[in-house]
Amino acid sequence: MTANTELAIRAVVRQDDAFALDVDLRLPAHGVTAILGPSGSGKTTLLRAVAGLSRPSPGRVALGDAVWQDETVWLPTHRRPIGFVFQEASLFDHLTVAGNLDFGHRRVPPARRRVALDQVIDLLGIGPLLDRRPARLSGGERQRVAIARALAASPALLLMDEPLAALDAARKAELLPYFERLAHDFNIPMLYVTHAIDEAAYLSQHLLLLEQGRCAAFGPTAQILARLDIAQGQGDGAGALLDGIVESTDAAYGLMSVRFGNDHTGHIRCLQTTPPRAAGSPVRLRILARDVSIALAPAQDTSILNIVPATVREIADTGTAQVLLRLNTHGMPLLARITRKSADTLALVPGMPVYAQIKGIAVLD
Amino acid sequence: MDAASLATIRLSIELAAATTVILLAFGTPLAWWLARGSAHGLGRLRAPMRALVALPLVLPPSVLGFYLLLALGPNGPIGRVTQALGWGTLAFTFWGLLIGSIIYSLPFVVQPIVQAFEAIGNRPLEVAATLRAGPLDAFWRVALPLARPGLMTGAVMGFAHTLGEFGVVLMIGGNIPGQTRVLSVQIYDHVEALEYGAAHWLAGGMLLFALLALLAVHAVQARWHRKATA
Repeated sequence: MTANTELAIRAVVRQDDAFALDVDLRLPAHGVTAILGPSGSGKTTLLRAVAGLSRPSPGRVALGDAVWQDETVWLPTHRRPIGFVFQEASLFDHLTVAGNLDFGHRRVPPARRRVALDQVIDLLGIGPLLDRRPARLSGGERQRVAIARALAASPALLLMDEPLAALDAARKAELLPYFERLAHDFNIPMLYVTHAIDEAAYLSQHLLLLEQGRCAAFGPTAQILARLDIAQGQGDGAGALLDGIVESTDAAYGLMSVRFGNDHTGHIRCLQTTPPRAAGSPVRLRILARDVSIALAPAQDTSILNIVPATVREIADTGTAQVLLRLNTHGMPLLARITRKSADTLALVPGMPVYAQIKGIAVLD
Repeated sequence: MDAASLATIRLSIELAAATTVILLAFGTPLAWWLARGSAHGLGRLRAPMRALVALPLVLPPSVLGFYLLLALGPNGPIGRVTQALGWGTLAFTFWGLLIGSIIYSLPFVVQPIVQAFEAIGNRPLEVAATLRAGPLDAFWRVALPLARPGLMTGAVMGFAHTLGEFGVVLMIGGNIPGQTRVLSVQIYDHVEALEYGAAHWLAGGMLLFALLALLAVHAVQARWHRKATA
């Protein structure tokens, strides 16, 4: 799948005379595109339309040159080269784990297999489970097998319908890295439906925001998350993404130095990961708006490690006790949530140079 | 046990086995359609068809037998066809009995299978489709294996029920030794002739068989369950 291939989706779905979905999209057919939205916003409906599990009317679905649906074409689900992972693992109870993996794999002609079973088993760490029945697996194990099963059918497009929603926080944390690795290792484009902004921030390069069945925003994830109108709807989850490069690690203090922004002029330090990252490796950081405060001069004698020069770009004042700011530092967006009183006291206006004091940084990958 | 009793037992088992096999063969697709068929077009007939399938449950067997007798007889619609084909009439033959048994035992085979197909739900079939399995492939490889307990219940119920039928048999089969005399009729004959000892042998045997059949179903299903969770 080359970088300029597109997934074109035109889908109108009516439910009880209301529009459950009404979109006309061109999504990149590479990397991970997160589809984010509250429940009932049409995320699952969209995914099912792409899979052919429902038939939008009017509808058109095409991956590159391959048309799966338009006025004259209808490819049933089993003829579409997709992989689908449902919210509940939905393994076949009458088959072992190995039988489940083999189900899709052997239905793909050998010449068209791009994914080796061993490779999938290895990546998802399910080798020891192969002889077991699904009823004897834990929730996390089942979902890993379901992902492996979808991958084993050599899909040209992976569709994930809230694959982590049924799991507890610990299992989620355990599974997320697998998604990232499979997006990397197999180079299969992925549509990842979620209502959790963390998952979207962690995994995706592009983000599609759905609201009441319509596309509310679409673009590179970092840009979309930095939009104030969108961030306002995310509550405490509002935050900016910062893609950077590891510069060095400081083992004595357990810190890691990261360069970011235009010509890597930005510099920030955060907690080292285990295992430590090699210098030069890419890293994605997430900085929540509530962890960023504003000062007009760089503070001395402070415990805050990261104080970066920034420019105020936009202020969202909704008349409540807090305001949300969009800042720019070294060409990268940063969000800050401060009290309206502080904003007035500092007389903040767009274009003003300030210092952003960053208290917390999450290393995403 | 005398030769006449053995012939009766053999005939009963043959009838029950043939009925069960035929009902499984065409009752399974019928159950699939009733449970999961499209709601459009022909699907509109599903509700009346469900009622029709359940009818033998509530209809007195003698009523069913009476109408079948008329239909199979020389002036009935089926009788005319079989005569035109040179087969004569089917009333008071094994084949007439087989037709009666199939209709009479239909709900006992089809209903458990319908329930099993309904219990599977959409999801496993959707999953099968996303894994490149076409509708027929998914039916054989996913729906049938998952409905196995229902298929087995249907088979055992159909077999046992056919063994025990009485009213329909008496109406359309009569009581011809070696041809249409089955166990339940034979027991009735023994009791009427006050041959309680002979009746005990057959009745007790039927009772034992019914118990063993149900025990076997439970044992097999428990084993499947153990295997599924192993």
